[in-house]
Amino acid sequence: MSQLRSDWPLFEVFLRGKRGLNHVHVGSLHAADAQMALRHARDLYTRRNEGVSIWVVAASDITASSPEEKDPFFAPAGDKVYRHPTFYDIPDDVPHM
Amino acid sequence: MTAVDEVELRQHFEATIAHDQRIEPRDWMPDGYRNTVIRQIAQHAHSEIIGMQPEGNWITRAPSLRRKAILIAKVQDEAGHGLYLYSAAETLGADRADLTDKLITSRQKYSSIFNYPTMSYADVGVIGWLVDGAAICNQVPLCRSSYGPYARAMIRICKEESFHQRQGYELLMTMMRGTTEQQAMVQDATDRFWWPSLMMFGPPDDASPNTARSMGWGIKRHTNDELRQRFVDMTVPQAQKLGVTLPDAQLRWNGERGHYDFGPIDWQEFFAVVKGDGPCNSQRIEHRRRAHEDGAWVREAAIAHARKAVAR
Amino acid sequence: MTEDEFSVYHSLADADQDHRWAFGTGFDDPLAGLDAAVPDGVDGVTLATYCRMLGDDALIYSHRLQQWMTRLPELEEETAVANIALDLLGQARLILARAAKADPSLGPDEDALAFFRDAREFRNVRLVERLDADFAELVARLLVFATWRLALFEQLVRSNDPVLAAIAAKGVNELAYHREYAAHWVVRLGDGTEFSRRRMRAALDGVWPLVDELFATHPIESALAAVAVEPGALRDQVGVVLDAVLATATLERPVVTPLARLNGRSGRDGVHTEALSYVLAELQSVARAHPGATW
Repeated sequence: MSQLRSDWPLFEVFLRGKRGLNHVHVGSLHAADAQMALRHARDLYTRRNEGVSIWVVAASDITASSPEEKDPFFAPAGDKVYRHPTFYDIPDDVPHM
Repeated sequence: MTAVDEVELRQHFEATIAHDQRIEPRDWMPDGYRNTVIRQIAQHAHSEIIGMQPEGNWITRAPSLRRKAILIAKVQDEAGHGLYLYSAAETLGADRADLTDKLITSRQKYSSIFNYPTMSYADVGVIGWLVDGAAICNQVPLCRSSYGPYARAMIRICKEESFHQRQGYELLMTMMRGTTEQQAMVQDATDRFWWPSLMMFGPPDDASPNTARSMGWGIKRHTNDELRQRFVDMTVPQAQKLGVTLPDAQLRWNGERGHYDFGPIDWQEFFAVVKGDGPCNSQRIEHRRRAHEDGAWVREAAIAHARKAVAR
Repeated sequence: MTEDEFSVYHSLADADQDHRWAFGTGFDDPLAGLDAAVPDGVDGVTLATYCRMLGDDALIYSHRLQQWMTRLPELEEETAVANIALDLLGQARLILARAAKADPSLGPDEDALAFFRDAREFRNVRLVERLDADFAELVARLLVFATWRLALFEQLVRSNDPVLAAIAAKGVNELAYHREYAAHWVVRLGDGTEFSRRRMRAALDGVWPLVDELFATHPIESALAAVAVEPGALRDQVGVVLDAVLATATLERPVVTPLARLNGRSGRDGVHTEALSYVLAELQSVARAHPGATW
């Protein structure tokens, strides 16, 4: 048998539960390719609900901002954590925050 | 990173926890926190996957087609829960293949309860009632875990788990209305699973060295003994209603404490099972290892096909 | 610990919340809302025999898929194969319940048919009895079975029996999903590695001798014009789909001799391979060990 690595890459899954809503990140799964990832996402995250719209994207293709100090984008704010919105404790029942 | 940076980052991290806010994947976090959360989520994920076996064992023999459908759905839910949890662990940089490898080489643990054998169909009911009941006690507080992806996975899992417990209890009620033989099966299964269920909450608080740190980090919300007491208090009335006896002569209501008192747990047995010497440890691991290894050629073929498709 | 945290327990008291399971179980009353009267001019016993054919196919094949659970090549496939096993079990329950209604001498319900008949009384095709040697056989057989049954159900939706028509209408979407799952895997394994290609070829060789039987029209089917589907008429349609999948997988349709019959009889006549009795021994063991029990 070949020495090919057998584990499947990670895909992130985004769902739109119904019309009028944005797609929301719900988790991840492993698949050999995007087509298989879509199939797994339907089985795992939606119970095959036909009305749901699914996006899958290889996790390795996502570029994310980083709150880490080494990231130049965030360096200016990194030393002043009070600029981060999450620094302020807002009760969950305040709408639209 | 300078020492000053690290101090500020640590303060920010601790302020987030102190304000009961969630830590998210790309936040700075102490290595100890990261490793503890990965280990906890991985053990939980492994438990879901290994936990498929003792019940999955009965799918093909379920005594009615309705019970069969329920059991397939339940075992399938457990696979789904394992996947949600591995997904949460991967947000911390853990790799599922690596976690699987640690499981099948016994370098990471899973709940010791799954190292006990299932001997009759009543065990399917008792696992739902006691084992899933204990799991819910453990898991509901984790819906407020300080690590965001874990908390979100737990919310979804707890919703489904409560129905697992319900189906187990309903099966047992049905059996208790059945033949004398069936009633005896339920009592026997209860006798076998009661003490191991109490052990699911882990060692007593005075022998659980990491509890304080985990509670400080918001990874754990209650001590092992608090959760165990809660479980006993909830379960005793359920047992009475069901008409089974819990196998503990010292079990009685303590009006002063407002809780049930219960007898001593055999911690020697607990530590032996955790160490790998339970009745089914090697069987469970071997089953999982074989499935993983037998599937390697299939996973490889799928990758090879995907690469060829891209190249074409 | 607050009461609030444990509010999830309150939901334990709620009635009928099967739908909140991740993948559902919703088969509680298989024939709810359907007029179960046998249509005028249709013989109940003949209809029940036909239902046993279609119901037993699904029941026995679901059993073989259930045996895969906890053994699949990857965790994501566990949820997929469990879905397929559940779908087929759901079809079996509906159709066997229909058989029990159409011919009360068979027993009161679906469970009487599933657990208390012997091998000779099962009418499934022999394809579904086989034990899969590996994952390639799982997907090879699923491709054949789902393609054939989908073609059959697409016609059954026009059956004069409103119950079978409704069951078929529900099953068409499920079977299309099973067929797609199998087809993609046959292509992956056929095109994947040298090793997977060899296994896929061997799997097709193993399954193909059982294909011919799927297209043999049985006297029961002929006797139920306008109710039953004549499988002989499906051969070309199914062949086109299978050839298309095999071509994409760069595989060829095996040239094999169909599995021999016994005096012209096979699965539809209750004449089976040795594999079926093992399936039944497992399927029926607990139910038969406790006569008079309720589950």
